[in-house]
Amino acid sequence: MSAITRAEVDHLAALARIAMSDDELDQLAGELDVIVGSVAKVSEVATDEIPATSHPLPMTNVFREDVVETPLTASEALSGAPAAEDGKFLVPQILGDEQ
Amino acid sequence: MSDVTRLSAAELAEQLGRGDVTSVEVTQAHLDRIAAVDPAIHAFLHVSSDEALATAADVDARRAAGEPLHALAGVPIAVKDVVVTKDIPTTAGSKILDGWIPPYDATLVTRLRQAGLPILGKTNMDEFAMGSSTEHSAYGPTRNPWDETRIPGGSGGGSAAAVAAFEAPLAIGTDTGGSIRQPAAVTGSVGVKPTYGGVSRYGLIAMASSLDQAGPVTRSVLDSALLHELIGGHDPRDSTSIPESLPELVAAARGGDVAGMRLGVVSQLSGDGYEPGVKARFDDALALLADAGAEIVEVSCPSFDYALDAYYLIMPSEASSNLARFDGMRFGARTLPDEGPVTAERVMAATRGAGFGPEVKRRIMLGTYALSAGYYDAYYGSAQKVRTLIQRDFAAAFDKVDVLVSPTSPTTAFELGAKLDDPMAMYLNDVATIPANLAGVPGISLPSGLSSDGLPAGFQILGPAKADDRLYRVGSVLERLLEQQWGGPLLAQAPTLEVA
Amino acid sequence: MTDLVDYDEAIAEFDPVLGIEVHVELGTATKMFDGAPNSFAAEPNSQVTPVSLGLPGALPAVNRRAVEYAIKIGLALNCEIAEYCRFARKNYFYPDNPKNFQTSQYDEPIAYEGHLDVELDDGEVFRVKIERAHMEEDAGKNTHVGGSGRIQGADHSLVDYNRAGVPLVEIVTHPIEGAGSRAPEVARAYVRTLRDIFRTLGVSEARMEQGNVRADVNLSLRADPGAPLGTRTETKNVNSFRSIERAVRYEVSRQAGVLRAGGAVTQETRHFHEDTASTSSGRPKSDADDYRYFPEPDLVPVAPSREWVEELRAALPEPASDRRKRLQAEWGYSDLEMRDVVNADLLEPIEQTVAAGCAPAAARKWWSGELARTAKAKDVEVTELGVGPAHIAELAGLVDAGKLNDALARQVLEGVIAGEGAPSEVMAGRGLEMVSDDGALTAAVDKAMADQPDVVAKIQGGKVQAVGALIGPIMKEMRGKADASKIRELILERAGQ
Repeated sequence: MSAITRAEVDHLAALARIAMSDDELDQLAGELDVIVGSVAKVSEVATDEIPATSHPLPMTNVFREDVVETPLTASEALSGAPAAEDGKFLVPQILGDEQ
Repeated sequence: MSDVTRLSAAELAEQLGRGDVTSVEVTQAHLDRIAAVDPAIHAFLHVSSDEALATAADVDARRAAGEPLHALAGVPIAVKDVVVTKDIPTTAGSKILDGWIPPYDATLVTRLRQAGLPILGKTNMDEFAMGSSTEHSAYGPTRNPWDETRIPGGSGGGSAAAVAAFEAPLAIGTDTGGSIRQPAAVTGSVGVKPTYGGVSRYGLIAMASSLDQAGPVTRSVLDSALLHELIGGHDPRDSTSIPESLPELVAAARGGDVAGMRLGVVSQLSGDGYEPGVKARFDDALALLADAGAEIVEVSCPSFDYALDAYYLIMPSEASSNLARFDGMRFGARTLPDEGPVTAERVMAATRGAGFGPEVKRRIMLGTYALSAGYYDAYYGSAQKVRTLIQRDFAAAFDKVDVLVSPTSPTTAFELGAKLDDPMAMYLNDVATIPANLAGVPGISLPSGLSSDGLPAGFQILGPAKADDRLYRVGSVLERLLEQQWGGPLLAQAPTLEVA
Repeated sequence: MTDLVDYDEAIAEFDPVLGIEVHVELGTATKMFDGAPNSFAAEPNSQVTPVSLGLPGALPAVNRRAVEYAIKIGLALNCEIAEYCRFARKNYFYPDNPKNFQTSQYDEPIAYEGHLDVELDDGEVFRVKIERAHMEEDAGKNTHVGGSGRIQGADHSLVDYNRAGVPLVEIVTHPIEGAGSRAPEVARAYVRTLRDIFRTLGVSEARMEQGNVRADVNLSLRADPGAPLGTRTETKNVNSFRSIERAVRYEVSRQAGVLRAGGAVTQETRHFHEDTASTSSGRPKSDADDYRYFPEPDLVPVAPSREWVEELRAALPEPASDRRKRLQAEWGYSDLEMRDVVNADLLEPIEQTVAAGCAPAAARKWWSGELARTAKAKDVEVTELGVGPAHIAELAGLVDAGKLNDALARQVLEGVIAGEGAPSEVMAGRGLEMVSDDGALTAAVDKAMADQPDVVAKIQGGKVQAVGALIGPIMKEMRGKADASKIRELILERAGQ
């Protein structure tokens, strides 16, 4: 595996929405490289014919019936909000597009 | 009155049932003990004295009124701070949740409350359960009651230390790669990771959803069985919860017998890297079990050599997504950027930059990398295939033997700070515990004795999925045989703590 | 900014290829993954549980009915229904996205590879190939405060999570080729047909104006139908049938302008503006769109049994096109009449009106006549006038019974719209019932004939159409509350004809 570059770490930090200092980024570049290198060996044994396991126990079709339960009250919902206004969560200005 | 804090939960339950003591007395005694020793140990992040005493008083009143009560009613408990508790602060050991008071209870907490167990408080842990030493707590480390210069294991070091220091008879832990079993091993206590899906994850702040499991941390095998039966069983709020009812765990712990059982020693979990003292206690324990009629078989699980690697891809991948919600928008702390425009995107980044510690950032970054376009197949995809191989190894082994055994952790408790700067060395602590999480099978750790350095070592027993009763069956026999040798519980040999 | 090319010129020069993504909010009682009520008109943030708010520790649990609705939609679109599929996490940070990942389906949709036959305005049928239909959850709603109230320039935003977690099905087409100049119409007719299907299936109220159905329209141009696909743009959230058509037209003209000027179309999302019928540049697609999809570990796979699927297939309602053909035959409408009714979205009210006992012709007359005109004048949907099928059936019954004439009936309808009650109540309240007392009527007829002997003479001379000159004054005398045909009968009788 190729070394993880500083630019790549920068990009990952943006994807993960974590503000980091230059020192942190430098340190992480080195650490991630060691970790990624050491775990890359999984691909040695993970051959094509082996199926992937995403759930430890095989289960399917676990459903909930469409029955209303008592929701949180608006004040409970907002109880942990860093900022609120008019019964809504107040967030800083959003740039860019709505999803 | 004897010191009720030295009693096991089963003994306390009996005394409460007979009316020898009240829950208020028992709860107050533990709160007093916490006040006395926790300044040194720092097992607790929050002590909920008022709530605990109120629950205790309520249980006492109901008992006096002749109401039928749960066997553990009135026995106090400590809960790892990664488990959500309504009206009791919950931080997961992170600054990013500083001051958050959840508006709901985890399912297992609901069950504790319904059964009338006073909740003493929330225990310390590595931030978001990421670590093997509890040094990654944003609120300072917990110290090992056997030696305060040493780590209590992690991530659930607080729960294990609280139990080992007689601050609580029972505690709840969570185990993603060994966070119940490894702390139990290095503090001389008992910890159980149930079969995946055996205890509801609803209300557990998730690290890695496909690996996380809550379970008991106690001072005896029977106590673990009692607590496991209380918190376990199907929960419709957790879609991965096992629909079948639990096997009879308490009965297995009470009627333990290994005659005719086949115990598999996993060759991959006993080689290099295991301290000689840890190995010696493991071999001694094995000999006792053989004397009691168990057949010891060597088994090979070759894919276990890849378990750590697969784990350190799956865990951070899931964690990077699970921890995305901590962004300072709906709950928890919000940090504004030092400079530049105050936009939602930049506030999220500043909040996460300031709120997460280095280990959390490391794992989120690693997981983000492993899931990103172009790498998914090589990393996450391959790791999930290794998971299949490990499951196959377990299945083949359990065709031959009833349970698998190994030392829980390769070493005894290391010194605080010893591995803080070397993530890979820290990760190696989990080498023996991780395979169970990847395959979803249950495991228990119980003390095997003191290693050559005078510190506790752990004995791990792994069973097939949904056969958690086998852990209790074998564990209770081993515990009885060892305690006969020691003349009582191992924890009785722990140094007396300075009282503040 | 490049110049727009005239639409017809653009189409003569380029071949448009469409792609349409439609999101429909399912009308379940609860959300996709939790028991919070699926009703976001309530007090803000009062329809959330720890799950839909994305609180730490909360876990999803799949709504069985939402899965059932998704399968029904898949079947109605002639799709294969997956034997095994999973949910996946789509990771992106956005304040209205409570977990900062959306639980969706990625490479394993519940339904895939289907088609939908779409009838255009002139009756031509166009087949749209469906790539997939998958299940996912909706996000919360942002309100932008300060500035112009738009996202750009706002001071801060307020988030209501009542909509977060509402079940959605997203339907994605294969590239729609061969529509040529009719691409805008195909786009509109496709979404409209889908909307009808959602309603017929009963899986959603499917009200465009409320955002129950939202369309994203992809468009690219290429030199000719044999050429590889050009770069596409995605115009987001186009929320009326008319806007869909206009958005496609605009993008055809705009992209043609870019290409003709020798430029390259930028792959980006664009926003549609109702007021100017134009689109503007949004966010370019970039590396940042790395959603890091992976299977949702908190949910287990969905593996609908074939028995369940067949049960749902057997219970599917009649396809919309079959239904239209059947109703047209039953009602005896001409092709043109039927098309007008369908295009004006009046099939359902007319069907209900007929079911309430009204003659099909009268039902059509009232809905597509007086009511459609009034709705247009008031700029509302015809179904929002407060007049229901039962009202129209009652009104037509009063006309048939000779209690109202057309002019009176229109006045009664006005009263119903004004909220004065049911037709009979309005008739009584306003005193509009036709006079049935023959004495008063014959007196008025006699008076009028006496007043205008010359007219009577003409009638008697065989010019029967002269009757009209007498009817006016008689109606006036009767204050309109008389049946013109009866008046005519009386005059002719008295004139000895």
